[in-house]
Amino acid sequence: MDSFIVISLIKVAVVFAVLLTTLAYLQWVERKVIAHIQVRPGPYRVGPHGLLQPVADIVKLLTKEDLVPTYVNKPLYLLAPFLAMTMALLSISVIPFGPQIQVAGYQTYMQLTDLNIGVLFVLAVSSMGVYGIALAGWSSNNKYALLGGLRSSAQMISYELPMSLAIAAPLLISNTLSLRRLVEKQAGGIWNWNVLHGPFPQIVSFIIFLIAAFAETNRIPFDLPEAENELVAGFHTEYSSMKFASFFMSEYANMITVSCMATLLFLGGWVAPWPAEYGSSYVPAAIFVLAGLVALYHGFHPARRRDGYTLPVFGVLFLIAAAVFLLPMVQSWLIPLFWFCAKTGGILFGFMWIRGTLPRFRYDQLMGFTWKFLFPVAMLNLLVTGFLVALRS
Amino acid sequence: MLAAVPISWFLTLSAVLFALGVAGFVFRRNIITVFMSIELMLNAVNLSFVTFSYHRQQVNGHLYAFFVMVVAAAEAAVGLAIILTIFKNRGTLNIDDVDSMKN
Amino acid sequence: MDVILFLAFAIIAVVCAINVVVQTHPISSAVSLVGVMGSLAVLYLLLGAEFLAAAQVIVYAGAIMVLFVFVIMLLNAGAESKKGRSFTAQLLGLPLWVAFLGLMAYFIQRLYPQSTRVHFGGFKGGGAAEIGHALFTTFLLPFEVTSILILVAILGAIVLARKEMD
Repeated sequence: MDSFIVISLIKVAVVFAVLLTTLAYLQWVERKVIAHIQVRPGPYRVGPHGLLQPVADIVKLLTKEDLVPTYVNKPLYLLAPFLAMTMALLSISVIPFGPQIQVAGYQTYMQLTDLNIGVLFVLAVSSMGVYGIALAGWSSNNKYALLGGLRSSAQMISYELPMSLAIAAPLLISNTLSLRRLVEKQAGGIWNWNVLHGPFPQIVSFIIFLIAAFAETNRIPFDLPEAENELVAGFHTEYSSMKFASFFMSEYANMITVSCMATLLFLGGWVAPWPAEYGSSYVPAAIFVLAGLVALYHGFHPARRRDGYTLPVFGVLFLIAAAVFLLPMVQSWLIPLFWFCAKTGGILFGFMWIRGTLPRFRYDQLMGFTWKFLFPVAMLNLLVTGFLVALRS
Repeated sequence: MLAAVPISWFLTLSAVLFALGVAGFVFRRNIITVFMSIELMLNAVNLSFVTFSYHRQQVNGHLYAFFVMVVAAAEAAVGLAIILTIFKNRGTLNIDDVDSMKN
Repeated sequence: MDVILFLAFAIIAVVCAINVVVQTHPISSAVSLVGVMGSLAVLYLLLGAEFLAAAQVIVYAGAIMVLFVFVIMLLNAGAESKKGRSFTAQLLGLPLWVAFLGLMAYFIQRLYPQSTRVHFGGFKGGGAAEIGHALFTTFLLPFEVTSILILVAILGAIVLARKEMD
């Protein structure tokens, strides 16, 4: 019992540290990706390639003056960012990152806790996240904040429906609500992943889930409640410094959660695309060697003068990472972790790519899209999947 | 067992929540608060159902509570629509002022 | 350990429920009711009702109460005014309520003194598979009737609330 508590606490600390660092650097990645889509460099002054930009942002947000206006409803005003942040971080606690590992003689899963109802837990926590936004809009005592908050929460609860139906379809194929067993049932290779497997490949569910995920996290093309009001105000208009930062962090944490859920439900979690005996364990090392060689090559012909110093350093770091991936003692947990992070990172890159490319929906188009198109299509998909699963068994 | 909770504690909690719901239903004048007290009463009854389901080691109590939840959802939707209509027609949310059928 | 969990969340539930009844502004009552539902979900977990706990948070706290909060924000419901209280109700109200509560508690103690004890893991039949099996075998008729009920409720709500926009 004691070792269980100690191991859990250590896992919580590790996941928390990694998650917060990832949140900060996800913003750096987003700014760089959008900048390169728009053919401009992005942050590059603060640290090599702007890598210290998140640190500068955190210092700025922490040291800003923390105003609490006098006309706000104080208890709800202070509760709203706390709710948003708590619910966003809570859903990470059931996400499995990899298989069982052995640390200093203790066997443990790479997951904080494996609930029997893991999928329902994530759904429940995300439906509680609506309160953070609605209460923020209401307590600010500001008509623009109220409108933005109401619109955003109405959008979130409307898109929860197609999302739940899109989640139910692969559950019919995998027959389990536990996230770890969901991945274990997709073992074997890319033809076993839920998106391509089963009596009915879940491609439609995957697309519907991704579209609903964009709307749940208030990302472009569904970010009208945030963006139109960016010109004027927004549900977080009366919030400053750390409370404002907590709303933004909760948005990125929600993005990470839905990407992890998409990976676990549809793309097979940490399962490699083809089994390890055909050489898929060398793919991470190959990718890092390639990245290292490209960095070294560009380091000798730098476009900017400072790159002549930073790019060779990055090249050497990538080659060291490739060597780490070839060590047999860490391969049992590092390779699955790599595949999980690669798939999740791919979906996150898709989030940022779409942000840089598409315009945004108008609010009535957004609501009409979910109620008149996505929800019937999701129901139809669930019906067809259920029918084919019942026929097969 | 020392670390176990007697079942009567759960039932007492359910009774307390139900009584608080009755208090809110009877004493408050705002329609929405009255409606929320009804939801509180339904939740207390759900706790009772699940407790008895544990007592008899059957899953039926969970199903009854599930159906209560579904009916409460339907009732909340229609009830709130009625409240919206009352507010549009009478302009007040005080149940003492909605008494045109009296006498 | 289970006793500590039960006491903590029971006290939170009762405090939030008192808050629901006592607060003047409906939005504070609504947020307190969300607190009651959350703590009840934890108590359901203690009783082995895992699916029902998740359904409680998803349906009750995450959908029904959001509907309440929307309506309160839409109607801009203000704090309740203190007019028109009858003296008899104020005099007899609290003692009668305490008597009602005492009667129920007495009957509970008479009928279920120390019979079953609840501990975490004492009932393992509350998972999604068992509920699904019961829902589609024993409770098939209520299930189908409930789906018609939800359809009727949706239609009723749309018809009632639609006249506002004309």
